[in-house]
Amino acid sequence: MKPVTEFRSPTKLTYTVSAGTVATEFLSAILQRRIVGRRCPVCTKVYVPPRPACPTCAALCEEPVELPETGTVTTFSVVRIPFPGQLLEPPYACAHVLLDGADVPLLHIVGGVDVNQVRMGLRVTAVWYEEPQPTLASIRYFTPNGEPDADYASFREHV
Amino acid sequence: MRPVHIAGFAQLPHGLVDNRHDEGGMVRAVTAAALQEAGLGRDDVGFTCSGSSDYIMGRPFSFVMALDGIGAWPPIRESHVEMDGAWALYEAWVRLQHGDVDVALVYCFGKSSLGDVEAIYALQNDPYTIAPLGLDPMTAAALQARQLIARGLLTEREIAETVVNARRNGQSNAEVPAIETRSVEQLLAQPLVRDPLRAHDAARFTDGAAAIVLTVGGGGPRIAGIDHRIDSMNLGVRDLTLCNSARIAAERAGAHNIDAAELYVPYASQEKLLCAAMGLDPGVQINPSGGTLVAETPMVAGLVRIGEAARLIRSGAKRTLAHATAGPCLQQNLVCVLEEAP
Amino acid sequence: MSGPCAVIGIGQTHYAAKRDDVSMPGLIREAVLRAREDARLGFEDIDCVVLGKAPDMFEGVPNPELFLADALGAVGKPIFRVHTAGSVGGSTACVAAHLVQAGIHRRVLAVAWEKQSESNAMWALSHKVPFQPPTIAGAGGYFAPIIRAYMARTKAPEHIGWKVAVKDRQNALLNPYAHLQIPDISLEKVQQSPLLWDPVRYLDTCPSSDGACAVVLSSDADGCENPAWVRATAMRSEAMLFAGRDEVNPLAGRQCAQEVYQKAGIQASELDVAEIYVPFSWYEPMWLENLGLFECGWRAVDEGHTLLGGRLPINPSGGVLSSNPIGASGMIRFAEAALQVRGMAGAHQVEGAKLALGHAYGGGSQFFAMWVVGSTPG
Repeated sequence: MKPVTEFRSPTKLTYTVSAGTVATEFLSAILQRRIVGRRCPVCTKVYVPPRPACPTCAALCEEPVELPETGTVTTFSVVRIPFPGQLLEPPYACAHVLLDGADVPLLHIVGGVDVNQVRMGLRVTAVWYEEPQPTLASIRYFTPNGEPDADYASFREHV
Repeated sequence: MRPVHIAGFAQLPHGLVDNRHDEGGMVRAVTAAALQEAGLGRDDVGFTCSGSSDYIMGRPFSFVMALDGIGAWPPIRESHVEMDGAWALYEAWVRLQHGDVDVALVYCFGKSSLGDVEAIYALQNDPYTIAPLGLDPMTAAALQARQLIARGLLTEREIAETVVNARRNGQSNAEVPAIETRSVEQLLAQPLVRDPLRAHDAARFTDGAAAIVLTVGGGGPRIAGIDHRIDSMNLGVRDLTLCNSARIAAERAGAHNIDAAELYVPYASQEKLLCAAMGLDPGVQINPSGGTLVAETPMVAGLVRIGEAARLIRSGAKRTLAHATAGPCLQQNLVCVLEEAP
Repeated sequence: MSGPCAVIGIGQTHYAAKRDDVSMPGLIREAVLRAREDARLGFEDIDCVVLGKAPDMFEGVPNPELFLADALGAVGKPIFRVHTAGSVGGSTACVAAHLVQAGIHRRVLAVAWEKQSESNAMWALSHKVPFQPPTIAGAGGYFAPIIRAYMARTKAPEHIGWKVAVKDRQNALLNPYAHLQIPDISLEKVQQSPLLWDPVRYLDTCPSSDGACAVVLSSDADGCENPAWVRATAMRSEAMLFAGRDEVNPLAGRQCAQEVYQKAGIQASELDVAEIYVPFSWYEPMWLENLGLFECGWRAVDEGHTLLGGRLPINPSGGVLSSNPIGASGMIRFAEAALQVRGMAGAHQVEGAKLALGHAYGGGSQFFAMWVVGSTPG
């Protein structure tokens, strides 16, 4: 008797996800090509994307903070392999981008530049798609803006 | 055993759809409220345990972002069960027995509105044999109800009466969405959807979150006993007119002299069976909150039963029982008996 | 009060990319039956089962403990399901130990497993959730920037990761259960393997495995001549992302290590061997520092202190770099630590090991579980 080692059993589940009030504020701003975080009333740190509650203080974050679209690459990796669900052709650089005035970095892509030029401390600016959608992917990537590199000491706490 | 008390309990008002909160927001609201009721701060907590389900929330690691809601900084002693919060409370109760920690925080969250809960539960079945057949939990419950009726242990009228009582009790519960009262006749006139069950016999799914603060010593309702057991999932090897796991858990948790009980009843046809299995006398008041037939938030409803049973003690009951369940046909059951603080 | 707890039975499966010779229950029973045989107990002697695994979406079965109750011999008993991300195998052992130490049960069976080949784990990890930033980096891409930050902070030379990758694969050749068996592993081979997530190369990463691990815990030696005594357990968590978070050397890990040493009544320097969770080679030097085992992790690696036969052998089993059934990987660390102090680790035994550390972590380096086991109750 031939052993049965495999059969297909496809599963499909459908979910309807709601963003919640805090993410709605953030994503509505993205539609206008604005980046809006929120500040914790206790530790005064600015979170982007905004959080309903501060991860360290558990305080309600209610104050919106408008952020510029410039920032610093605090650390990065060059993705050189394909994987399921990938949006870009490798190689490309994904990086922690600390927006000026924010206290946590965004994980995003650094583009418009040779991947070998990407480095810690690189100063970058957001490049948007023509028609923003309610997603952080409306920022196509961050690209070098020609400013001198930031000192390691200035972002050491924010990698 | 060290005496463990329920010092605080909070739940989000269970909504049919909660579009406002994400995981962190839900958890923040209930944990802050439970700690406040206990008169404690998050720095007082020595162990934290949560319950939730990735499939219910529609994403892997859904419990990770929930940690934001409790402000896990400085780092905390913490654990998570992929189960109802009632089991998270069990783990916390065990941890409190060690002697080095005196306060534990338990929380859980679930959103039934995101997906199809019955379709998710159908996937819990054996993936090699039963799941491909698409057996949903209501159909399994209907098979069980049919057997109970055939053996003369249950009538369709009793199923309807259970729903009538749940909805009547639910009228005075401000934490659950409004539900209309119905008479037995009105209910029995409704169409059968899984003969002998009707749509209203199924628990009403809701979105929500809940938290309980446990303390060693202090005031508040005391956990007199807690135990949980599992049966086989294979319906063919079980006598579905019995519920051995609930019986054993109830015996070991000390389910005697109970004034009132909060039971996790996924289908109205299962309430009488549960009462019999746990040896609850006919005089025991069942589900004064309205229970799960009025509001069942997945992964939360079990912990809410414990919270509601604690509230009953606070309002004068001497000894109450809370029950939680998981799996088809009441496969897995937890029983927690609460009593007045001495 | 916290009572004694002994590891009296250990069972592992052979780890492989695809165990299509067994079903999920079959895979789990392979480990459970070996643990039971080691403990010389029957299913009827087990009071409770604690089951751990990583996301249910890896196999496509929500709450698999329900359908596995029969295979685990759990019917009529309590079964408990733990999920703490990648640390879950370790947490599962901790939760099981808590039950014994609290005096709730005499004997608890703890089982952790993953059978990723039955679904698509990469899909489960990377499927798009609405309103969330798209997955742009993949699994390794999350950790590679942190590795780069460690290298920048400590000035660690590039070859350190390669050395760990070679050491763990050489150790795996001494472990018959290990998934990866690469007899010709060498620094050159690692160095020449493709760069996946710069600076992480293919051979710096762990495989994706099917497998299960089981341990039987008891409140006494229970007829076992050489139990491993659980001297202490600890679990710590912190949020995934917050301002000023040190993801290279997370405080939760440091505190968890200090707590487990303190509760065990030992200094880190007393450990004879450690099995730590290293899914990317660079995490060995990072964790060596985080766990307080060496002040400079990369120098310890460079000087050969973590080799089998070195001052503090790390992952003599071959570690996660050689076998990675995700949900089980943490418990394998805990079980291998216990095997060492029982003197049962076979060809990868650290001679005379009396005290060992088992370590697991998960999420974004935010969930930690550890235990210290000893050849005596302490």
